[in-house]
Amino acid sequence: MGSIRFQNVDKVFGASQAGVKVLDDINLEIGEKEFVAIVGPSGCGKTTCLRMVAGFEAPSSGTITVSGKVVSEPGPDRAVVFQQFALFPWKTVRENIDLGLRNKNLPAAERDRLIADALKLMNLESHAGAFPHQLSGGMQQRVAIARAYVLDPDVLLMDEPFGALDAQTRVVMQEELVRLARVNPRTVLFITHAVEEAVYLADRVAIMTRRPGRIKEVLDIKSVRLAENWDRFARIEDVMDQESFVHLRTQIWKSLREEKGAQGV
Amino acid sequence: MNGAPLSLRETLAWGALGALAFVGFWTLITTSGLVPRQFLPSPLDLVQRFFHLLTSPFAGATLPEHLASSFRRYAFGVLLAAAIGIPLGLLMGWFRLLDDIVTPIFDGLRFIAPIAWVPFAALWFGTGIGGPVMIIFAGAFPPCLINAYRGARFVEPRLIEAARMLGTGNLRMILEILLPAAVPSIVAGLRVSAGLGWQSLVGAELIVAAAGVGFMMVQAQGSVQTTTVMAGMLAIGLVGMLIDILLRQGEAWMRRRRGLDS
Ligand SMILES: Nc1ncnc2c1ncn2[C@@H]1O[C@H](COP(=O)(O)OP(=O)(O)OP(=O)(O)O)[C@@H](O)[C@H]1O
Ligand SMILES: [Mg+2]
Repeated sequence: MGSIRFQNVDKVFGASQAGVKVLDDINLEIGEKEFVAIVGPSGCGKTTCLRMVAGFEAPSSGTITVSGKVVSEPGPDRAVVFQQFALFPWKTVRENIDLGLRNKNLPAAERDRLIADALKLMNLESHAGAFPHQLSGGMQQRVAIARAYVLDPDVLLMDEPFGALDAQTRVVMQEELVRLARVNPRTVLFITHAVEEAVYLADRVAIMTRRPGRIKEVLDIKSVRLAENWDRFARIEDVMDQESFVHLRTQIWKSLREEKGAQGV
Repeated sequence: MNGAPLSLRETLAWGALGALAFVGFWTLITTSGLVPRQFLPSPLDLVQRFFHLLTSPFAGATLPEHLASSFRRYAFGVLLAAAIGIPLGLLMGWFRLLDDIVTPIFDGLRFIAPIAWVPFAALWFGTGIGGPVMIIFAGAFPPCLINAYRGARFVEPRLIEAARMLGTGNLRMILEILLPAAVPSIVAGLRVSAGLGWQSLVGAELIVAAAGVGFMMVQAQGSVQTTTVMAGMLAIGLVGMLIDILLRQGEAWMRRRRGLDS
């Protein structure tokens, strides 16, 4: 359970004749429990890729399958973490996390247990009764992640989840996500502008071309991470000091720079 | 607007000055004898009549009793408008098909002023409780429906997507996402509804045969008692203002609670 597959996916916005082609022949396979990050120039169609997996948009041609089933509508098997959190302002932290579980018609006792686990996992126990506007941005994003994780989804879709956070909170959240991925590994499609974040978090990084977006190349990070044993470091800055890390980062930078250059920006 | 904003004290002072000038001018006209007292009582006559009506009956009841009977009809009409308008607006905001079906009918009907419903309401619902309530309903219904609809329609798309991704069904979507998101808009609509409903009241009571401020005024008109007619107008104005002030307070409280204003 939990693979994602793009097969010859095109996406055109607007009428088919006059429309704008945003994605061009995307082919990508994300294996079970694999963490894949997509990087690419602004406007190349990264968000559109993710929204199609979530079921918010349909491909113009080609198919997207998740766990072998063609995606047709949104559902709790594909949990989304939005950049702007998208928490329900009139619900408490606990009620935000509970909604998806209630939709699954789980008994109250089981929901309580799952919510308690999720709150604990994201260090939110003391904020269960708070409303989102009473929390910091980092806290709000923890709630959004807890709300997604608690559904036990096949895949997690994250669109620049840390993009709205300040630099320090961002680092903490990145480390938490790595910790989370170890405790409870998931298939993750992760979109980011930050190359370092991609290299730090992902098993593979897919680089996209400028619009119309295509997958330009896919870099294997996991083999390097295992070979160089990055996991021995608890902190992101220590990993970022590694020569192997710097090398990968520079490689991605250059590839992106070519795209931006081609765009004339 | 032109000019620098005034302080609260200045605003109040100018307002009081305006009111004073109005009453003074009015007194001047009545005392000058230009207009017969019978057609335009002095402000003092009006206030005296008003207080007199508070305790002694006219057209079968005292002014507070007339007001109470008006208020019952009014509350009935407005609550009915809210009870139908808000759910219908929310449903139209979620189900495209319902929106397409109802909107043309609604757009056609809502330009018929509440007063224009009077003959029809009398024919269909009679002059008991039914007719007047229907007229107040006609005044109060559109803002309820429109504001609930707009509130539901302009919920942040991200929140709807989040709810859909969590597997939320239609009923829960309407009750737990659209309704709370639309609350500020609905409350604003209720305030407008309450005002329009109250304004439709006298029109509604033109066809009532028993009691109510409107009924009292029509009776007074029949016996050419201008002062009593104006006392009725004064009562309507005062109660309308009171309703508006209370609802404004309620709206402000709700917005503070929601963290919309601080
Ligand atoms: N609903 C839509 N209708 C029309 N055009 C759209 C729509 N959504 C996205 N686009 C266009 O498609 C292109 C790709 O958008 P998308 O949001 O996927 O880019 P992105 O790679 O996520 O960009 P960024 O890095 O800035 O977030 C953009 O040019 C955008 O204007
Ligand atoms: Mg994007």
